[in-house]
Amino acid sequence: MEQILLSKRFNKIDPYSIKDYLKSNGYQILREALKMKPKEILDEIKLSKIVGRGGAGFPTAIKMAGIKNETDKKYIVCNADEGEPGNFKDRHLMEKDPHSIIEGMIISAYTIGAYHGYIYIRGEYDTAIDIMKNAIEEARNNNFLGKNILQSEFSFNIEVRRGAGAYICGEEFALIESIEGKPGRTRVKPPYPSQAGIFNYPTLINNVETFCNLPIILDMGGKAYAELGSDYISGTKLISLSGNVKKPGLYEVPYGTTIKQVIEELGGGVDQGRNLKMIQLGGACGPIIPRNLIDMDIDNERFEIFDSKMGAGAIIVMDDRFDLFDIIHRNMKFFEHESCGKCMPCREGHRQVVTLIEKFVHYNATEDDLHSLKSLVDVIHETTLCGLGQTSIASILSTMTFFNEDYQRRIEDSKRKSETLW
Amino acid sequence: MLVDSILNHYPKEKDYVIEILLDVQKEKEDNFISQEEVKKIAYYLDTTESHVCSVLSFYTLLSTKPRGKNIIQVCKDVPCYVRDDFNLLKTVKDFLGVNFNETTTDRIFTLETTACIGCCDEAPVMRINDRVYKNLTKDKAIKILKEYRGNDY
Ligand SMILES: Cc1cc2nc3c(=O)[nH]c(=O)nc-3n(C[C@H](O)[C@H](O)[C@H](O)COP(=O)(O)O)c2cc1C
Ligand code: FES
Repeated sequence: MEQILLSKRFNKIDPYSIKDYLKSNGYQILREALKMKPKEILDEIKLSKIVGRGGAGFPTAIKMAGIKNETDKKYIVCNADEGEPGNFKDRHLMEKDPHSIIEGMIISAYTIGAYHGYIYIRGEYDTAIDIMKNAIEEARNNNFLGKNILQSEFSFNIEVRRGAGAYICGEEFALIESIEGKPGRTRVKPPYPSQAGIFNYPTLINNVETFCNLPIILDMGGKAYAELGSDYISGTKLISLSGNVKKPGLYEVPYGTTIKQVIEELGGGVDQGRNLKMIQLGGACGPIIPRNLIDMDIDNERFEIFDSKMGAGAIIVMDDRFDLFDIIHRNMKFFEHESCGKCMPCREGHRQVVTLIEKFVHYNATEDDLHSLKSLVDVIHETTLCGLGQTSIASILSTMTFFNEDYQRRIEDSKRKSETLW
Repeated sequence: MLVDSILNHYPKEKDYVIEILLDVQKEKEDNFISQEEVKKIAYYLDTTESHVCSVLSFYTLLSTKPRGKNIIQVCKDVPCYVRDDFNLLKTVKDFLGVNFNETTTDRIFTLETTACIGCCDEAPVMRINDRVYKNLTKDKAIKILKEYRGNDY
């Protein structure tokens, strides 16, 4: 069931050795790409139908074509901030096949005519930072980066920038602010980064995994790539499987694979013979679904039914020892801490949500609390400035649908508890 | 001077402020950025102290208060939590005799919690300085802490 494209070099090459990468067809596709016209590359990417792997699932070719052309300076950013709880694929890519990211970035830069690139890596990823810095250095020494790359007219450089422990810096504009040396607070859109990004120059931001797909697309051709995966999304996806399964880990599967297959066939099923209680998809910002929905496949489109997507491909499995509200509470504490504080509904909203969820955790909840919670999450969802608040409440929205009984039972139990206390 | 030698590595451009702050803090025994250092960095980058402070206070990995020699960060997010059947945070707390966000009296450890650090496939985990310790059990966690403590006696 696994289909190995992105992870083909994992544990087979030494990430500190450019020689190993070169021996496994590395930078060959860049060589070919530099002989093509940028427009031809863009056409292949368009044909491949690839969408971004960072969570939002926006078509990559449209984003690239939308980069404003009228300026001399353009930037490329590889988003390696990976802070969403439950996600670890970008760390694996950086630690196990760093040059494929660089190769993807150089190809993108050539396609849109960017002259400088950044890899923004979260500060906690010490090993990945070290490996990426070394890989960039080696690529430069071999003229894959720098002036007149491989004797072409094209020059391009990449620099690593470290985050310093702020999840919000994965959001495009917060990331841009951080690269500019400021607190990571988002900006009001439009204009989008493709118009005015870093220092107000057009900027293309893609996820690590998205960049890694580009050499693969050019290698097999856009059309062949589009055949991979499902009717909704082409290609393969790296799935970060964690929680109460026998074999947590990173797995690469084609889109169209079901959640059940990933958990049972790859993850070996629930650990210690316990029963599956719930699964959170995408990370802390994703929906929580019950057991009877795991036949769904991992395609983004299907998840729009709860206005939430598969995100960057995390599956967190929880067995029946765990309390739904305890889990939601942990999610919400995360967002309360990670809100950048710029807009009121996010800053104050998450604080209030935490207080309300605590009532459910401690068996002090009433019907009124449920109503307040409902209207509060709607306000956060509708009015926050950036994607943080628009997605953070997915675990509540989804469980109000799928675990409505749990809410009702908790309210009844709370009532009973308060009566016995009297 | 420590700060000066780090500053010399960087161009005088404001966007390097986070890189500089991370480097300075890393070199310091007490793991924080002092007022004096803020002043120097601001001067070097030709910006205001208040700007440097606004960056410093925004990012969780940076500290304005003196901390211990070793920073322990215990992951508290869901994937670690559901695989932690011995209570890692309590184990570390009991061993050190401090609560989280506190420093031991010998100033060897500061205990913190952290959001997910992307190692959920090998949960539960904690990060000490720039190393992540994975697949922890109670015995393993205590052994690691003892080794750190041992190094300082
Ligand atoms: C709060 C928040 C955090 C995000 N964190 C990340 C992240 O860590 N990595 C990432 O690639 N995208 C992250 N994103 C999505 C980015 O804003 C952006 O959509 C993505 O980097 C685009 O790349 P793609 O088109 O290749 O997916 C985040 C979005 C939000 C709202
Ligand atoms: S939740 Fe602990 S490392 Fe991800």
